[in-house]
Amino acid sequence: MTERPLQLPSKQAQLSSKLVRDLREKAIEFVLFLAALSSVGVTFAIIGILIEESFLFFQKVSIVEFLTSTTWSPLIADADGKFNYGILPLISGTLVTTAVALLLAVPLGTIAAIYLSEFAKPRVREVVKPALELLAGIPTVVYGYFAFLFVTPLLQKVYPDLPGFNMLSAGLVIGVMIIPYVSSLSEDAMRAVPVNLREGSYAMGATRLQTALRVVLPAAISGISAAYILGISRAVGETMVVAIAAGGQPNLTWNPTEPAQTITAYIVAVSLGDLPYGSLEYETIFAAGLTLVLMTLVFNIGGHFLRKRYREIY
Amino acid sequence: MKNLQEIRSIIAKSKRWDLAFQIVGLLSMLFGIVTLMALVLDLMHDGLPRLDWQFITSFPSRKAEEAGILSAWVGSALVMLVTAATSIPVGIAAGIYLEEYAKKGWLSDFIEINVTNLAGVPSIVYGLLALGLFVYRFKLGESVLTAGLTLALLVLPIVIVTTREALRAIPNSIREAAYAVGASKWQVIWDHVLRYSTGTILTGIIVGLARAIGETAPLITIGALTFISFLPEPPIQGQFPFISFKWLLAPFTVLPIQMFDWVSRPQEEFQVNAAAAGIALVLMTLAMNGVAIFLRYRLRKNIKW
Repeated sequence: MTERPLQLPSKQAQLSSKLVRDLREKAIEFVLFLAALSSVGVTFAIIGILIEESFLFFQKVSIVEFLTSTTWSPLIADADGKFNYGILPLISGTLVTTAVALLLAVPLGTIAAIYLSEFAKPRVREVVKPALELLAGIPTVVYGYFAFLFVTPLLQKVYPDLPGFNMLSAGLVIGVMIIPYVSSLSEDAMRAVPVNLREGSYAMGATRLQTALRVVLPAAISGISAAYILGISRAVGETMVVAIAAGGQPNLTWNPTEPAQTITAYIVAVSLGDLPYGSLEYETIFAAGLTLVLMTLVFNIGGHFLRKRYREIY
Repeated sequence: MKNLQEIRSIIAKSKRWDLAFQIVGLLSMLFGIVTLMALVLDLMHDGLPRLDWQFITSFPSRKAEEAGILSAWVGSALVMLVTAATSIPVGIAAGIYLEEYAKKGWLSDFIEINVTNLAGVPSIVYGLLALGLFVYRFKLGESVLTAGLTLALLVLPIVIVTTREALRAIPNSIREAAYAVGASKWQVIWDHVLRYSTGTILTGIIVGLARAIGETAPLITIGALTFISFLPEPPIQGQFPFISFKWLLAPFTVLPIQMFDWVSRPQEEFQVNAAAAGIALVLMTLAMNGVAIFLRYRLRKNIKW
């Protein structure tokens, strides 16, 4: 039996392989860091592009007109041969559809969440939650089809004067679409409430419903409000449903049964035509986009403060 | 005695309230599911007779009965290819950095806040970004490449967040064991942590791509066409050099945009086409989401650390 000498690399080779290894590790870390930084890059790019193009827009149109004028007709001249750049009609359209959506999604989503977290058996929850998530996965253009060719005719049977394009059915369908966001996040928040709070309440003789409404709900309110904020953001930014079902006329109205255009629907409508780069029409969609981003930002910041104000610590 | 009766009536009343709420809760929970079923059934009823082989293999046409979705689904597939090829490596890399490398500090906090905020940006804003940046600044044109990159930015936060959650679920003992036998940090991550979390990451990627395939608005903004009656040059060729990248810069349409175009037309025959295209789209996204939910369920069940 011959003994083979153990082959160890020389000290020199060991050192250089360690060096190579360290260098490789550093290089990998750097590449990973760049990937993480890309998200910051995207944010800056969004802000940069929106502000830059809007800046060009506001050099031609005054901010005062943009914010106070009550007509929006940047593409077609009105009777006096004038183009109008007042964003208010688009804002009203956006707010009305959002309000309709929330009036449907908030109560239904919250009640469903309370039911799922406090009353339903675990098996039911395991089936229903994924089923609700499927609802959120359906493409929005399909929801638009649904709003335009199913919900509107249905509503017209009850209310024959309803025009073919209206904010009501668009808003209702957006509401259905955001129910899963509201219910799923709210349910998570309520389930995170410690069991001993519930047990304390039961020990005092409270029923399930009393416990749910007076103990669990207040304790989870910060998580639930986060769910509502997400719902608002989705409803404000939703595009295809309103582009298909709400109509294409900017209309300063608070009546949901009328047709109107939202900010997002305007951007889509204008992009469908061929936009000459650098023209005023091209810049309007960036100004509208900036308004949209600022609106979602206002809701998000508001939500942040609400959450801070009502955060329960247990 | 009277007191006891009062208490009994109070208890009965509370129980009635509980029951009433249970019924209302059940109904509002079912509301979503019933609507989902109504949506799918309505779509099936309108479009299923139209969905045949001819429909899948024909180009769009001015005549509704001859029109099909060939260029749309080929476009969707090519765009998804670009989206997956860019968002998956970048997203996973970013997730690994944030979870395994980033030291607690203002920079990692900042990146983190950024990722959460990006997830809440309306999708059409990504379209505006792409229009200003990819189409006019980088001159990539209204092409498959631009569309794929746009959707990649859109799904990036989803991939990052799920990667982080997947990595966080791997217990530290696995890492420590690998370090103990002399593995470097990257070897620990690549050979062990990533291997065990592949399934969960995959789930997140499928959810992200399912969302991307149904996105319409950001692609309309960058100028996707609604009427395309040719296919881009195939990526794999018969002659040398066998691989072509010309398809990247070809104009395109995708399924959701084709459907949007048909819904917006006044003729009823086109709306039947829209329903048929909608079925194809819903089947694709439901299948992808279904696979993701199934994967998540299976993985959660099997793992025992």
